Formats: sequence, C-alpha cells, structure tokens
Amino acid sequence: MTMLRLEGVTANYGHLRALEEMSLSLDEGEILAVLGANGAGKSTLLSLISGELKPSNGKVFFNEVDITHLDPYRRVRQGIALVPEGRHLFASLTVEENLLVGGSTRRAGSWSLDAVYELFPFIKERRRSRGGQLSGGEQQAVAIGRALMSNPALLLLDEVSLGLAPVIVRDLYVGLRAVANEGTTLLVVEQDLTEALGVANQVLCLLDGRVVLTGSPQTLSQSQMMNAYFGDGERARTPGDR
Amino acid sequence: MVWTNAVVQGLLLGGLYALFSVGLSLMFGVMRFVNLAHGDFSVLAAYAAYVLVEHAGGTPLWTFAAVIPLAAAVGFVLQRFILDRALAAGDLSPLLVTFGLSIVIQSALQQGFGANNLSLFLGPLSYQSWKITNTLYLGRLEVIVFVVAVALISGLQLFLARTQPGRLLRATADNPRAAALSGVNPRRVRALATAIALATVAIGGLFLAMRTSFTPTSGSNDLIFAFEAVIIGGLGSLWGTLLGGLILGVAQTVGSQINPADGVLAGHLVFLAVLAYRPQGILSQRSLA
Repeated sequence: MTMLRLEGVTANYGHLRALEEMSLSLDEGEILAVLGANGAGKSTLLSLISGELKPSNGKVFFNEVDITHLDPYRRVRQGIALVPEGRHLFASLTVEENLLVGGSTRRAGSWSLDAVYELFPFIKERRRSRGGQLSGGEQQAVAIGRALMSNPALLLLDEVSLGLAPVIVRDLYVGLRAVANEGTTLLVVEQDLTEALGVANQVLCLLDGRVVLTGSPQTLSQSQMMNAYFGDGERARTPGDR
Repeated sequence: MVWTNAVVQGLLLGGLYALFSVGLSLMFGVMRFVNLAHGDFSVLAAYAAYVLVEHAGGTPLWTFAAVIPLAAAVGFVLQRFILDRALAAGDLSPLLVTFGLSIVIQSALQQGFGANNLSLFLGPLSYQSWKITNTLYLGRLEVIVFVVAVALISGLQLFLARTQPGRLLRATADNPRAAALSGVNPRRVRALATAIALATVAIGGLFLAMRTSFTPTSGSNDLIFAFEAVIIGGLGSLWGTLLGGLILGVAQTVGSQINPADGVLAGHLVFLAVLAYRPQGILSQRSLA
C-alpha cells in the first residue's frame, strides 16, 4: 500500500526554485535513500514531507489523505517524524526529557524509554545529562530516539552521518536497521552513500531539484549513481545553479 | 539596626517583584518578546478585585478565587486571538500590539474609574505586624505576601521541571522548531504560557493593591520593576527571577534609607550596573527553569 505520495510538487525559497515538479511514491515498509549533492533539493524534500515548507504547487498525500496544508506537529501525530539535520536537541533538557517530549503525541505503538535505551544502550547511562552536553553521536542517537518516541509510521532522517566518526555512524545504522525490521518506513537523506545504500531497498537521486535516477541499490551500478550525483554533463550547468 | 530593617523590608518587597516578573520571563522564554502590557494586566486585576468587593462586599481576599481563573482565561484568549496573530506578522508586531494594549487598558481604566489612588483594604491585617526585636517589626501582610510569592514561584518551578506540560513549555522555549517536529502544538504551549503569566501577574497586582495603592497608570511602573528583576536575575531562570526581585527590593529599601526620595533610583542603578558588568544576569541560564 502506498504510504507517501508526492504529486508534481514544486517548492521555492524566495526566487530560488529548490524542487521542480517532483513526484514520488513510497510504499509501507520501504526504505528509501535519497541521494544528491549539496543543494540538490534533498532537505527541501524532507521539509515538504514534514510540513515545515509548503509547496507552491502540487500535493502531498499520506496514506492517501491530502496533507499538503497540514502543520508539522499534526503530521507527527499522524505518524510522520523527522530527525532534522544538525540534531536540534533541546539543549537544556536532559536526554530522558528530550525523549519524553518526543512521546508527547501519545500515538499508539511499541516505542518507550526502555525500547529506545535498548536500541541505543550508550545513551541510557547519559539519561540525566543535558542535551547540550552530549557528543555528536550521542546527540544523533537521542534525536533518533526522540523521533521514535512518537511511534512514527514514516521516519525521515536528514544527514544522520554528518560530522560523525564512521564507527558511530555504523552503530546508528545498526539501530536504524532494527527500526526498519519493526516495519517502520524510512526515508534517509545522505551525502555519504555507503551506509545509506547498505540499508536501503530503493534509491532516488536528485540533481538540481529534479529526480534523475530511481531504482534499487542492487540493480543500479556505481557509475550510474555517480553520474546522477554529479550530473552526467549533458546539461549545461552554471555555478550556484540549483 | 536600621540597615537590617531596610534589608529585611527589601527582601519582603522583592518577593512581590519576583511574582510580577515570572510571567514576563515565561512569555519571553517561549515567545521571545517582552509583553509591554504586562504591568497593566496587574492593575486591571486590581480593578477587577475592587469592583468585585464594591458589589459583593466582604474582604478583598476572596477575590483571588475569582480573579486568578479570570486572568488565566483572559491570557488564553489574548494569546489565541491577538498575540498569535501578532507573532505571525513579524518580530516587531507583538511589541507594538502589547504597547497598544497597554494604552488601551490605561485609558479605559481612567475613563471608567478616574485617576484617583485606590487600594484594597484588608482591615487590621493591613497594619498589624509581628515584633521580632525592639527595632525590627515585620508587617503581617508583607510576610504573607512574601511567603505566598516564594511558594508560587517554587510551585511554578516544580511544574516546569517535573510535569509533561512543563517539559513541553521548556522544550518550546529551548527550540520551537524541534518542539513542533516532536508533535508539540506550539499554539497550545503559547496559550498556556500566557495564561500562567497573566494569572501570576494578577496575583501580584492584587497583593500590591493590598500593600499600597494603585492608579490606572501604575502598571507602567510595575512593568519596569518586573523587567529589572528579570534582567538582574538572568532571563529565563525562575530562581534567577526570584533572586533579581529580592535584589531589586533590597536596593530600593536601602536606597530609601540613604535618602527617602532615592529608593527607586537605587533600584535603577543596580539594574544598570548588572547590565554593564553582567548583562546575562546573575543566575544566567539560556533556558527556562
């Protein structure tokens, strides 16, 4: 069953066109990795799905309900949770309080404090520490845990690996794989391909606000993805062009 | 001994200032603007109590039961129908809107009640005192006000620290974007903050009206004292606000002891000194509670 569907969505930041006529369909249980260089429109896509950005054109459907104009907090209550780039923890709240705020939607599901601590054992011992005192990896784990506390049906992840040591990124993705195995649909945005491709069963490449390649990571070749990532040179590009 | 007396009286006064300030601090923490009508709402509450006593009689003490829920309801409605819209219109709008509200409230009260000094008279409680030593007497009302103020601030602190609505308030003050992305309804949090702010400032307004007197325009002074207490203590921290209130109160009474006309001035000077040497406040903290 289709969980998320974008229909001809166009989004602008002022005069900048960030996404153009984008269509996308994501089935329940799928794990989609969205790849692309800086400025390709990946974060814009997440903002459109989380509701922080409203499209100038097109529609967004969640479980076949039009949510184009729904506020972000209402989307969380419907089951769409975003782990934003840069983590955005509540710096003055403790780890446990951060998680409890995430659980404020009271959506039914299996996630709880204990379940999150089991998923990322290394944050359990820091549960009384404030969000601002954590290392980057711990912050990222808490940010993921906070999103899970809302029992999302669709979990959006923006640049999970950014600025983190590879060993920590590996731990985080082990956790995400466990989340996916529970049946949660994932949409992962990454610049770093390795981990994302390891977990994904669908890939979508964005270039200059357009979809240039879709497929499964098993069937797509490395060079196809590289071309899609950097542009294959057929289109003239000017610096700063989005 | 006169100095001990001045300090003790200042502490008692400072508890009341702190009560004025917590709402200002709370609203600033959640919405990042200073409610310029904050003091006028305290005066509005005092007039409401005055009218209630005029019509229904009895001691002004019972009016707390009516005025506090009324003030909270006014805060909720004010946020939903006026301040939320102002916030959506840009950073300057809430300041302009609350400045306008302040003028509207002052003018309406002047129209309705005239410019005379009024007071809520409590009978003997207004002037009785406890004798501590031969030279130190504590007004009973002053002590009661102080104890209630400190208890209320402590209770509010506990509410913010331990309850889920309190956590959501702090989370929103900390990072409104992340709060919305965690499913927290920002409108509800803002309405809660304003309801608490108006309820606490109404209590402060009633106490002040019982301790001294009020006029339609005395809210401007209340706002300045509240603002000074918040800045001295450090924005966003309730304990800091309490401390700021106490310091301001002591500065004023000690100043008056030096020269009776200079009490308020001494408070301003302490405020300026804090701004100059420790602009983040004495108990600085980036966030609520």
